[in-house]
Amino acid sequence: MHIHLTDQPIDVAAVLASVQDDGAGAVNTFIGTVRNQSTGRRVVRLDYEAYDAMAIRQMEHVAAQALEKWPMLRQVAVTHRKGRLDIGDVAVVVAVSTPHRADSFAACQYIIDTIKQVVPIWKKEEYEDGSVWVAAHP
Amino acid sequence: MKLKIALFGIAKEIVGSSSLDLDTPAGQSVTGLMQQLQTQYPALQKLSSLAVAVNSEYATDDYQLQERDEIALIPPVSGG
Repeated sequence: MHIHLTDQPIDVAAVLASVQDDGAGAVNTFIGTVRNQSTGRRVVRLDYEAYDAMAIRQMEHVAAQALEKWPMLRQVAVTHRKGRLDIGDVAVVVAVSTPHRADSFAACQYIIDTIKQVVPIWKKEEYEDGSVWVAAHP
Repeated sequence: MKLKIALFGIAKEIVGSSSLDLDTPAGQSVTGLMQQLQTQYPALQKLSSLAVAVNSEYATDDYQLQERDEIALIPPVSGG
């Protein structure tokens, strides 16, 4: 598995290349990007804060869980950004390769959904008139 | 015993610092620590979730904390 946390722009092509596998007929990729609005407010940028060591450990756990659930998975790559991101920037890339496409879609969705639940990374949305830590309050 | 707790995101804002030194009884559990922190900083009670991590893993409620543990408070995550 290829797990990275970086404060530099993500090279999507490099993440895709890292899951290339001669035994794989399918590569599925999820790319999360920064959008310009949230709950009706205009977002001007995001700040991601990470608990680095634990974030990497948890992303590794999620990838390992996916490998258990889909033993046919050939390669798994996850790269997450931290720091300041502007609108349109890539925040996260998940890429998987499998022999057949159905498993590839399922594993990729499982990984991104689980990352959003367990990986200690926090997103602060900056608006023109303030900011909010996302999902902090019910 | 003395514990050092790392803080992130909104928990860091509530406490006003990226780390907190706390005096707590020996053998304090994760639940006990959480109660102590929520009493000291009531705004923590308003979060949609709050977890404690020990040595980069989520800790169970009954885990008994040690002085040498690397402890972090984990407010609701929002990566991705």
